[in-house]
Amino acid sequence: MTTEKGTSLWKDAWLRLRHNRAAIAGLVILAVIVLACVLLPFLPGVLQDPNAQNLADKNLPPGATHWFGTDQLGRDIFSRAIFGGRISILVGLITTFVSVTIGIVWGAIAGYVGGRTDALLMRIVDILYALPFLVIVILLSVTLQPWTAKLTEWTVKGVAGTDASQAAIGNVRTWVEPITTLVPLFIAIGALSWLTVSRIVRAQVQSVASMDFVEAARSLGLGHGRILFRHILPNTLGPIIVYTTLTIPSIMLFEATLSFLGLGVKPPNSSWGVLIQEGANTMFSNPWPLLFPSVLFSLTLFSLNFLGDGLRDALDPKSAK
Amino acid sequence: MLRSLGSALLACLLLASCQRETAVERANREKILLVGNGDDPKALDPHLVTGVIEHNVIRSLLEGLVADDPRTDDAYPPGAALSWEHNAEFTEWTFHLRPDAMWSDGTPLTARDFEFAYHRVLHPDLAAPYAEMLYFIKNAEAFNKGELKDFGQVGVAVLDDHTLKLTLREPVPFLPGITRYDSWFPVPRHVVLRYGKMTDRFTKWCEPDHMVGNGPFVLKEWKFNDHLEVAKNPRYWNAANVKLNGIRFIPIENFYSETRAFLAGQLHTTYQVPPDLVDKLKSDHPDLLRQEPYLGTRFVRLNTTRPGLNDPRVRMALSLAIDRKTLCDTILKGMRPAATLTPAVGDYHPDAVVGFDPERARMLLAEAGFPEGKGFPRYTLLIRSAGARTVSEALQAMWKQHLGILVDIQGKDFGSYVSAQHTLNFDLAVASWVGDYLDPTTFLLMWTEGNGNNNTGWSSKTYETLLSDGAHQADPRQRLEKFRQAEHLLMEEQPLIPFAWEARNYLHRPEIKGWHPLLLDNHPWGALSLEP
Amino acid sequence: MFKNLLSRLVQGLLVLLVLYTLTFFLVKALPGGPFQSERAIPKHIRAKMEAYYGLNESLPVQYGRQLKNYLRGDPGLSFRLEGRPVSEVIAQAFPVSLQLGVLAMFVAVVVGIPAGCLAAAKRNSLIDSGAMAVAMTGICLPAFVIGPILAEFFGRGLKWFPALGWDSTSPSSWILPAFTLGLAYAAYLSRLTRAGMLETLSQDFVRTARAKGVSPWNIIVRHCLRGGLIPAVAYLGPAFAGIISGSVVIEAVFQIPGLGRHFVKAIESRDAPMIFGPVLLYGTLVILANLVTDILGVWLNPRLRKSS
Repeated sequence: MTTEKGTSLWKDAWLRLRHNRAAIAGLVILAVIVLACVLLPFLPGVLQDPNAQNLADKNLPPGATHWFGTDQLGRDIFSRAIFGGRISILVGLITTFVSVTIGIVWGAIAGYVGGRTDALLMRIVDILYALPFLVIVILLSVTLQPWTAKLTEWTVKGVAGTDASQAAIGNVRTWVEPITTLVPLFIAIGALSWLTVSRIVRAQVQSVASMDFVEAARSLGLGHGRILFRHILPNTLGPIIVYTTLTIPSIMLFEATLSFLGLGVKPPNSSWGVLIQEGANTMFSNPWPLLFPSVLFSLTLFSLNFLGDGLRDALDPKSAK
Repeated sequence: MLRSLGSALLACLLLASCQRETAVERANREKILLVGNGDDPKALDPHLVTGVIEHNVIRSLLEGLVADDPRTDDAYPPGAALSWEHNAEFTEWTFHLRPDAMWSDGTPLTARDFEFAYHRVLHPDLAAPYAEMLYFIKNAEAFNKGELKDFGQVGVAVLDDHTLKLTLREPVPFLPGITRYDSWFPVPRHVVLRYGKMTDRFTKWCEPDHMVGNGPFVLKEWKFNDHLEVAKNPRYWNAANVKLNGIRFIPIENFYSETRAFLAGQLHTTYQVPPDLVDKLKSDHPDLLRQEPYLGTRFVRLNTTRPGLNDPRVRMALSLAIDRKTLCDTILKGMRPAATLTPAVGDYHPDAVVGFDPERARMLLAEAGFPEGKGFPRYTLLIRSAGARTVSEALQAMWKQHLGILVDIQGKDFGSYVSAQHTLNFDLAVASWVGDYLDPTTFLLMWTEGNGNNNTGWSSKTYETLLSDGAHQADPRQRLEKFRQAEHLLMEEQPLIPFAWEARNYLHRPEIKGWHPLLLDNHPWGALSLEP
Repeated sequence: MFKNLLSRLVQGLLVLLVLYTLTFFLVKALPGGPFQSERAIPKHIRAKMEAYYGLNESLPVQYGRQLKNYLRGDPGLSFRLEGRPVSEVIAQAFPVSLQLGVLAMFVAVVVGIPAGCLAAAKRNSLIDSGAMAVAMTGICLPAFVIGPILAEFFGRGLKWFPALGWDSTSPSSWILPAFTLGLAYAAYLSRLTRAGMLETLSQDFVRTARAKGVSPWNIIVRHCLRGGLIPAVAYLGPAFAGIISGSVVIEAVFQIPGLGRHFVKAIESRDAPMIFGPVLLYGTLVILANLVTDILGVWLNPRLRKSS
């Protein structure tokens, strides 16, 4: 008599994921891009200073010294795209994680509990939808600026230690500052991007909660929390994963709008969103500043999508091929 | 099957919706000029506006005492006034209006309309934003500030139906030029009063069915953010020579879209070409691109109350570290490097005070106590979010390279950008100023203490004395000499760092005739024609 | 059912009130005011202007006065467009945004939903990957990249359609903006539909139907579509409200005289009445759209009916 070894949902899922070629390809490409953006800046000699201007060499097409060409201030596009990728990936990952978490919790509670709670939660969502985000962004940028500076100093001191030398503090500041200056951006985007997620989650939860197996679980006496998080939510993962991979690009592009209003990345630093928006203006006179950041951006999102689809398939117990 | 039917249907729909002719082709036939005007005017009442966009539209509907000349800014052809004379000191001017002049509804245009207009614009209750353009008139300022209640004491006199006499507070040799501005335009007294009191702000007198003017065109239709159309005014005194049947002003804020629309045949002339498109347009369409000097200056405004920036040596160092020629050649296409605030205008030739001298800049900085930028506070350069990003990045790099000074860049939306400067809540800001008339005072008067356009925290009694001395000179040469000295002082102090004199880069179709390069860019609409 | 509807309407009014209050204070908190321009306006004149518009009164007074006016249906006069009634501006701009929005939605639904269904039905085939790849492109390339490309190619190059502008009488000006806007939403809809359909297709009753020999077409359209559309519909509600109250990027690229452009200019110039108008309009639309999609959701999923 053969006994089957019990496997957990996750091990099962990983096994299935491994066989999904598109998903693995996506994972690999994603890993390459993320690693490139994170590590390349630390390797000496590979990247040029993304902010070094050379006005004599502006608007060059790709060549030996500038693999992706130069922009209108003579800055190397390849370096700007890599450094910009760090910001975009950071923004995309953190805000998406935060917003999806809030959205899932909010939408699940609304969809499962129903009644007055649902009404209250969803009306709050309606209000937040209709508030003029542009006004909020401007206000945030005005009120949070001084706090960001304080936050940066506090973080730098915390990481470097109070007795650290000037040089050490300077070093710490170079990598802490770009991150802490983005905190207002995280707040601004995070505060608004969870809204649609919550509506989708709510709709899915309502649909799944009405199914028979949930009735069964309830009649077995299982607690609501357990039912919600262990039985209902896993069955709603499909659209949630898909929507998550859909929010990431819109968040990255939204970041560009905010940067132009002074809330995001400060010039001369850049991000994919900013590079794409600026490049779009001159795409017919000089396509290079637009082309490469767009390609990187799209590749990242394609990979995320295939990975997401693969995850969805892998995690879905019923979708055995 | 359904899908292929659907796509076939879609394809048919698309083909059917294709346009038959471009907007320009149609407009050439109808003799209507399509003008890209940047934005909707905020209002059409000449006494309530201050901007270039509004001026472009309003001067098609109304005409001042003096008209614009199509060929040069320096000529003053008769407008509503047929002729005028002045006394030796340039303090008394008498204007003789056209005896046959009338408003577009047939009502005769008289000197009383002008008196009414000046009374209105100077009346404190109207709160006209640019009333100060009329402060040259004796007692006008006191009346506008509410200190004087009787308009009769202001220097405006109606000698008879067609004769207007102005008494000024100081010699103003350039008065004819100023009367070409919105605040000096007449308004139809009978129409304004029909829809409200003289000092009411929101009346309907400027709406398409009600508005009456004395200009070459009348208001036909206004759809916000879409177009504003004016049609030929048959009762204009020079209607026989007006060749256009109408003008359509199209408010396009996105200048990249505007350029594309022009090349797609939707506009005859554009408002502005973004600098980063200039090179390609120059090589692809050299006959369509115009690059003309414009009476304006771009500068960096400094908050002289900030530590470090309060030292004129530091300010001069920042100024001398800017390679203006490279900035203009590579980024600010068509603009000229500014050696001082005011571009040379007429007989006024200010001294060239600033340029690119990194050696001297470093020396001055060291003298001020910040050798190689050490110890200099880390300041922020404020920019208006849309526009000056590239320029600001270049300035940031130049200051870092030549002085070792690190500056952050902060973009803000327009309201916050303006408010920050007005409240002195900034360190450095990229700004610009456009002149209203061909006289250095339009650039120099703003740097006096307490002037709402100063916003640097700097002022100087000597500067103001020189300015007021100049203002009271009857001899034009002496006058300009005083102003030259004042400007030299201003430039030595550098509360603002001028870096480029403005130019207009715009696209222009060859079938427009009668359009010549003008420093003030006020091309009289009545002198244009379309000859494809 | 009727009680439900009534309660939703009451909730909607409460939402509008909260929205109005929050917006009022947010706008007041913005730095700078409506009478600030690059050319400074003298203080005594600015004081007069503020008195004219009632801006020098205390905040509670302004709040109450404006609220009363709104309840009487008078949204006031625009600060930026001197003295023009906000209702007149919205009456001009809203129909344009509405027309554009409806057309774009039409494109989005006609292209997106069938694409999503097809991809789900032929899952993991080339059609699936192909359709989803195109969808992803629509998401990765934002409107401010696709719009100018279409405008350049069809507008400037072929001159088939105008490169910008909107003429309610001439369909050729509708095509490019509607497509650009619609394709972005189509991309989202196709992916959400696919995901929803996959969820539904994997359920037991589908296996039963297949075993019974029901044709794939019938399975998709008659059995699965209702359930599969749930996430798409949940997305569509607020998306539709957003699309018809003015899509800012499309209006900027194609310079369409819709509400979006007015709204952005109003915020830039601190034109409070023109900020309130679109905000309250959008709020009303969101409430209505959510109500409709919730009702649709119940219709799509009969099991929810007992709880409604």
